[in-house]
Amino acid sequence: MNATVEFYPPLSRFVCVWALMVMLMTTGQLFADPDQLATLRKGSISEEADPPRMMTAENKDIKRKRNYPMQPPIIPHKIEHYTVNLNANKCLTCHSRRHTGDSQAPMVSVTHYMDRDGNFLAEVSPRRYFCNQCHVPQVDTNPLVVNDFKDVDTLLKSQ
Amino acid sequence: MIAIAKRMWGVMKAPSVHYSLGFLSLGGFLAGVMFWGGFNTALEATNTETFCISCHEMKSNVYQEIKSTIHYTNRSGVRATCPDCHVPHEWTNKIARKMQASKEVWGHIFGTINTREKFLAKRGELARHEWSRLKANDSLECRNCHDLTFMDFTRQSIRAEQSHSTLLASGEKTCIDCHKGIAHELPDMSGVEGWK
Repeated sequence: MNATVEFYPPLSRFVCVWALMVMLMTTGQLFADPDQLATLRKGSISEEADPPRMMTAENKDIKRKRNYPMQPPIIPHKIEHYTVNLNANKCLTCHSRRHTGDSQAPMVSVTHYMDRDGNFLAEVSPRRYFCNQCHVPQVDTNPLVVNDFKDVDTLLKSQ
Repeated sequence: MIAIAKRMWGVMKAPSVHYSLGFLSLGGFLAGVMFWGGFNTALEATNTETFCISCHEMKSNVYQEIKSTIHYTNRSGVRATCPDCHVPHEWTNKIARKMQASKEVWGHIFGTINTREKFLAKRGELARHEWSRLKANDSLECRNCHDLTFMDFTRQSIRAEQSHSTLLASGEKTCIDCHKGIAHELPDMSGVEGWK
């Protein structure tokens, strides 16, 4: 008897693979549809969109209300070209405990002087050193995405 | 040695034998004009940004850093070049600074800061030199353009106005006291007054 066996997969398997490929291709096209992907950029992904105009940060020095008690307060002034790196921290030249007397700026929260075990340190804790991780300046503009956040007072009132 | 000097003095003291007084005085005057013109042209040539960044130490470190700052690019296109801030504009002080700068030529030849690492290691020292120079001359190079007399405080932000109208106006502080690192990156600021 001949040792070679010719193997033909059943027809149904062909159909399955074919159907799967068609499905993949169509869904792939769906995902690649430029208009489906473009959300914030306001234009097709295949073209270079005009960047929005640069916004000027609010510079009024007026504190804004926090939306919830734990919110990192926003920065009510410009911070363009403020150095915050290993060498220097421009923010702390006004907001650190040592300099608030001269600058009359609000002092960095006491929690920032604590390590994670709750011990107080002489300097701002390294884990709180990079101010811009949480604190940001604001621009007066329309939000890019709709935000229906309600602060705690509104929630309590609605109940 | 003394004999040679004596003979030279004798030649200088004796009246000219071959040349007329007119030739000597006019010639001397012309030579003087040419020398002075040449000297000044050469001096001015070393007082340009092109000259500064012809050394890679300047071009690949400090020049790159100023590019994103307001003294290099801004809405009205007025800009400060290296010598505007780093070389006094007044003649005597300029010559003094130029003589000091011969040390920088030495540094270039012997590669004191010829790598990024060497530059970063020395940045603190170099920055302190500039700070103390500007502190000593009451930020003269800033004030060549920024004159307190013509500052419109109403066009400044509240914080700027407060500091300028009190600390700066009274002379208690000078520009460089607060405005460090405005054109270049800062070195390690630990131990610098007012920082950390």
